Amino acid sequence: MIKSACDEDCRATVRLKIPDASDVAALTNPCKLCAPLGACVAFKGVEGCIPLIHGSQGCATYIRRYLISHFREPVDIASSCFVESATVFGGANLFNTGLDNLISQYRPKMVGICTNCLSETIGEDLRRMLQDYRIEHKKEVLPALVAASTPSYTGTHADGFHIAVRSMLAELSLPGLEKVKGRVNLLPGFVSPGDLDHLKEVITAFGLDPMVLPDYSETLDGGFQEEYSKLPEGGTPVERIKRAPEAEATIQFGRALAREEGERLGGGVWLERSCGVNCYRLGMPIGLRESDEFFHTLSMLSGKPVPARYKSERSRLLDSYVDGHKYLFGKRAVVYGDEDMVIGLASFLAEIGVNPVLCASGGISTHFADSVHAVTRNLGNTFDEPVTAINDVDFDRIFARAEKLKPDLIIGSSKGYKLARDLDIPLIRCGFPIHDRIGAQRILHLGYRGTTALFDIITNALMQVKQDRSPLGYKYI
Amino acid sequence: MMTGLLKERERQIVTKGDGTFDIECSKASLAGSVSQRACVFCGSRVVLYPIVDALHLIHGPAGCAAYTWDIRGTVSSGPELHRMSFTTDLREKDIIFGGADKLYRALSELIELHHPKAAFVYATCIVGVIGDDIESVCRRVEGEKKIPVLPVWSEGFRGSKKDGYRAACDALEKLVGTMEPEKPVHPYSINILGDFNLAGELWILEEYYRRIGINIYARITGDGRVDDIRSCHRAALNVVQCSGSMSHLAETMKEKYGIPFKHVSYFGIEDMSAALYDVASFFNDPVLLEKTAALVKEELEKLMPVLEFYRARLTGRKAVIYVGGAFKAISLIKALRLLGIQTVVVGSQTGRKEDYEIMAELCDYGTVIVDDSNPIELATFARERGADLFIGGVKERPIAHKMGMGFCDHNHERKEPLAGYEGMKNFAAEVYAGMMSPVWRFARRRGEK
Repeated sequence: MIKSACDEDCRATVRLKIPDASDVAALTNPCKLCAPLGACVAFKGVEGCIPLIHGSQGCATYIRRYLISHFREPVDIASSCFVESATVFGGANLFNTGLDNLISQYRPKMVGICTNCLSETIGEDLRRMLQDYRIEHKKEVLPALVAASTPSYTGTHADGFHIAVRSMLAELSLPGLEKVKGRVNLLPGFVSPGDLDHLKEVITAFGLDPMVLPDYSETLDGGFQEEYSKLPEGGTPVERIKRAPEAEATIQFGRALAREEGERLGGGVWLERSCGVNCYRLGMPIGLRESDEFFHTLSMLSGKPVPARYKSERSRLLDSYVDGHKYLFGKRAVVYGDEDMVIGLASFLAEIGVNPVLCASGGISTHFADSVHAVTRNLGNTFDEPVTAINDVDFDRIFARAEKLKPDLIIGSSKGYKLARDLDIPLIRCGFPIHDRIGAQRILHLGYRGTTALFDIITNALMQVKQDRSPLGYKYI
Repeated sequence: MMTGLLKERERQIVTKGDGTFDIECSKASLAGSVSQRACVFCGSRVVLYPIVDALHLIHGPAGCAAYTWDIRGTVSSGPELHRMSFTTDLREKDIIFGGADKLYRALSELIELHHPKAAFVYATCIVGVIGDDIESVCRRVEGEKKIPVLPVWSEGFRGSKKDGYRAACDALEKLVGTMEPEKPVHPYSINILGDFNLAGELWILEEYYRRIGINIYARITGDGRVDDIRSCHRAALNVVQCSGSMSHLAETMKEKYGIPFKHVSYFGIEDMSAALYDVASFFNDPVLLEKTAALVKEELEKLMPVLEFYRARLTGRKAVIYVGGAFKAISLIKALRLLGIQTVVVGSQTGRKEDYEIMAELCDYGTVIVDDSNPIELATFARERGADLFIGGVKERPIAHKMGMGFCDHNHERKEPLAGYEGMKNFAAEVYAGMMSPVWRFARRRGEK
């Protein structure tokens, strides 16, 4: 038994060499966005916060447009609107004017400032500019001002997201706070507003008091208001971020995040090292095992058993697994998108008998392949086919591999639509971006509840294929 | 009450009837104002993007390419190379050591792989700063691969979207005249400039022109082909829509090849009919004019009863128009009037003073005319003027919807053609759907009692 499990491990995952950028001259249809986009999403999860990109104007507009098409909500992002002279002589004046105008127009509680490729390359020193700005306005009550360095040529939108989260914690956290019982920090990564709602509900049900960073559950999924609100309601209050060190623990999702010092180091690890808040590093809670870890962690932190409601959700999820397993067993999936979402989905697919034959991402984490490997092994599946995990790739390369693999379904953002159409197989839309359907903000991926929803969607998609392709047109499947 | 209008922008906002009309425009966006404008690169990219058999390579970090991948609903009758997004994906070490080598390899590989008829290389912000010699890379690859390889000077910070149009025209100008037509050119041949074949609109226009006896030679750039553009200097007339983006090319072609040009618009009945009459009369052939009159009559006979249905139900509504180009805003004011809808706020990202003066002439007293606006202003003016309909693009849609206004997308992403007589019908239907849905009985629409 032990021996065979080990054999299985060895052939379960083929680790491909992550192609060095120098091996790849061009990307065709990138499977990533740039870092400032991720930073802006993270900033949108703070109460009364408006993001400001220090650099040229197009970035803010493109990012707004990209996010609006996904969330179907207003997304105001300002720019310091670099012109040629700023590129030559520096953009400090535009930065100051930009901040002045933004503050007078929006009256924000926080301005989340990030750089882009232009301002980074000409060597703009955001920290110093902020320091000067604060000195110049020392008689006024300024909003919180947080700067994140997000050059577009380093990493992806996922990195920008985590950099912004870490910057907020690093710049706002107050020193010398006492621990407060029941306080936990949750750093969920780039998940949907629907996921955030669910996570808060779950943590609260354990009697814990969560500080979720970022929390755009309302700001990027608001209600009908009859008015355009400059700064939509919701988001984590700046005051709560300042008090992050009071927490007894931080839960940080994301297996692809760095474990050692470096750009990709998650905010949770930063808090642990700088403020002594224990960090529990978990995977995205998709599927039974990863969700169990999340619930067990909460149970441990709160000293309470899993509430009956979630026990029942877990039990129903298991029941669904059993009811649907025959439709799924041995099916093969291609999964792509943000690394942590892909790792979570791969873990889930492997436990329901769907082989995630290709797991791909445009990200550059060195932990991606290892993590995919770790979550897809040891399930006693009799798949002969190895799982291929590859990152730092574009859609062209993903599609080329997928076409050879002839999968039964693909799971990822809406950008895989052409592949699904060409191969005539279902595309299960998950994660970000989803530009060709409504309701992206409500898709629930996480926990027992989210997993059950995904399970139904995936199983039904495969049942529909079976039904559509049957000459008999079964009415019972 | 919403506050937060910026003092520095006051002169870019004018209310018709408040003294002499003196709007400020064509200036850089104010830092921190959340302008709806994009950048120079965006301007170049949207104009050149619909050339379907060219390679469009974006030299910069991946973001610029990712945000513009398959972004416009511009349709091709043949190749679809334009729907792919290519980038040199510059990384940190390229920023330090330069990206010219990577560009050379990328270009060579992609041309080898896709066999385009020409390649456009877009310079992004960063390239302007690190100083890659794009020009010499392009010349080298051009020599090796024997196709035109054209740099597009579209560094984002070098101005506004309008400067990007200019950069695109500069690149096109280098293509024009580099090839002779294969077959003799029809004497009544025109080039269409500034229609991007969104939702197949250009094909509708092409059919109208065919019916009145006029042949379209080159489509610049909707459903465009490199070889047609290279040899388009043999057509008799350039017909320019979207004057902001394409006038420069028309002017250069007039200078260089003596080809006259006409400005037209294909939105709304008045402008569409004027376009056909203008072009037909250019050729000085009474047969063309007769055919035009017959076509207009036939189309209007079909269209008017349909429009009457909508007009009866939409009369009295008040609209905000905020779009990229001023020419479209002007046509939309007229098209809305045909439906009985009054324009109470109108603006554009890139209009010129002359354009805004035309808008002011067309609109009623009290109409707000605005240049390079932002969400707060648009929401404020819409509320103040009691608007219940918004015509705009993706970025304006959530503003309209949150405020309970009907919305019609008149931008790149539209899936229904809005040009020509057929387009006017679709436009009316879109506006009608946006205003009349029963959802507004629950989520109260503005203007609804």
